[in-house]
Amino acid sequence: MGVKGATLFPPALEGTPGSSTYRLPSLPPATLGFSNCAVQLENTGGVCVNYFIFAGCFSFSGSRIDSDGKPAKFQPPPKPVIIDKQKQREERRFLSPEFIPPRGRTDPLKFYIERKDMIQRRKVFNIPEFYVGSVLAVTTADPYASEKSNRFVGICIQRGGKGLGATFVLRNVIEDQGVEICYELYSPRIQAIEVLKLEKRLDDNLMYLRDALPEYSTFDMNMKPVSRLDSEEIPVNKLQVRMKPKPWSKRWERPKYNIKGIKFELPEKKMKEAQKWSQPWLEFDMLREYDTSKIEEKIWKEVSEALQK
Amino acid sequence: SITGACRAIQKLTRVRVVDNSALGNTPYHRPPKCIHVYNKTGVGKVGDTILLAIKGEKKKALIVGHKMPGPTMTPRFDSNNVVLIEDNGNPIGTRIKTPIPYILRRREGEFSKVLAIARNFV
Repeated sequence: MGVKGATLFPPALEGTPGSSTYRLPSLPPATLGFSNCAVQLENTGGVCVNYFIFAGCFSFSGSRIDSDGKPAKFQPPPKPVIIDKQKQREERRFLSPEFIPPRGRTDPLKFYIERKDMIQRRKVFNIPEFYVGSVLAVTTADPYASEKSNRFVGICIQRGGKGLGATFVLRNVIEDQGVEICYELYSPRIQAIEVLKLEKRLDDNLMYLRDALPEYSTFDMNMKPVSRLDSEEIPVNKLQVRMKPKPWSKRWERPKYNIKGIKFELPEKKMKEAQKWSQPWLEFDMLREYDTSKIEEKIWKEVSEALQK
Repeated sequence: SITGACRAIQKLTRVRVVDNSALGNTPYHRPPKCIHVYNKTGVGKVGDTILLAIKGEKKKALIVGHKMPGPTMTPRFDSNNVVLIEDNGNPIGTRIKTPIPYILRRREGEFSKVLAIARNFV
């Protein structure tokens, strides 16, 4: 990053002084003698400003004349925008969902002590960032397995529990037999957790994969990890899954499950009938609100400080 | 596929025979059903012996996996799997393709022959 100390011209209008991101005020196209090549929206500090990026060499028209006929003022060529990857990485923070305490009347001291134990375990053993829908490989210590360790690869369909009892369920189809294993994140029996494919899905709970065609749950046991850059955003897989014929274990078409990742091939009549069970007043129920943003901020600070020590 | 409530194996549950025995794989107009569980409670989990009614005959079988979620770290299968067995514990089939949980290894003495013919372990 060799931008620090260089004078920005025109001076940085928004953002912190000496910021390595830089934005141009939007210029009216009539004064410029060249076409706009690309438009990009950049978001820093919650302020969105449009600006133009000009690629390569551009031809300046020799006579720059306004629409009024007067000679146009000299506009300096804009500097290229430098996106600070370091800052992006810091801004993209991931707090594992089991740190957030559930809503209730328990003493916060209990959650504080639990968090201390969780941080202690994380210092010794690395629990990577993963979401529901990512493919993981877990090696556990098993006294009855050969070589005393047991490796299982599967897609994470559910993350449940809070605190030290946090669990995640991995699903895979081996030899036409669907197998699901529920692992405890902080169990000392787990020897390694490896994320083979980090991605999100349209839903928080992929339990419907049990009633979907088995091809959507099959993953090779010797799958190689999919490489990805550190600074990229987590990709959302907008896959719409095809289901086996009904009956299903749960009526996934009902609005209470709010599933977006299934391609329902049911007749319109059935879909309309399912909407009879919708409860549109639920989202406006104020007693069910649980705003976790402030709690998350505090816990994030606490956890990141403790882990960096 | 009609009853979904009790997911461990008890009397009258339809099971899926997993080995390659002739008795388990030849089609019959009625699915194999459990008629007795050799247990103090009538509920069979992984590692329990049950009595099966297949093709009009009674045969003992060993449960190797069920749909009911068990303790954490143990696998949960999408179907109730069973391996046909003789009275002395010898399996009738010669190969088991479906995955078998490692927990069965705890009772290596009784099930050594069944574990020997198993291919995949989970």
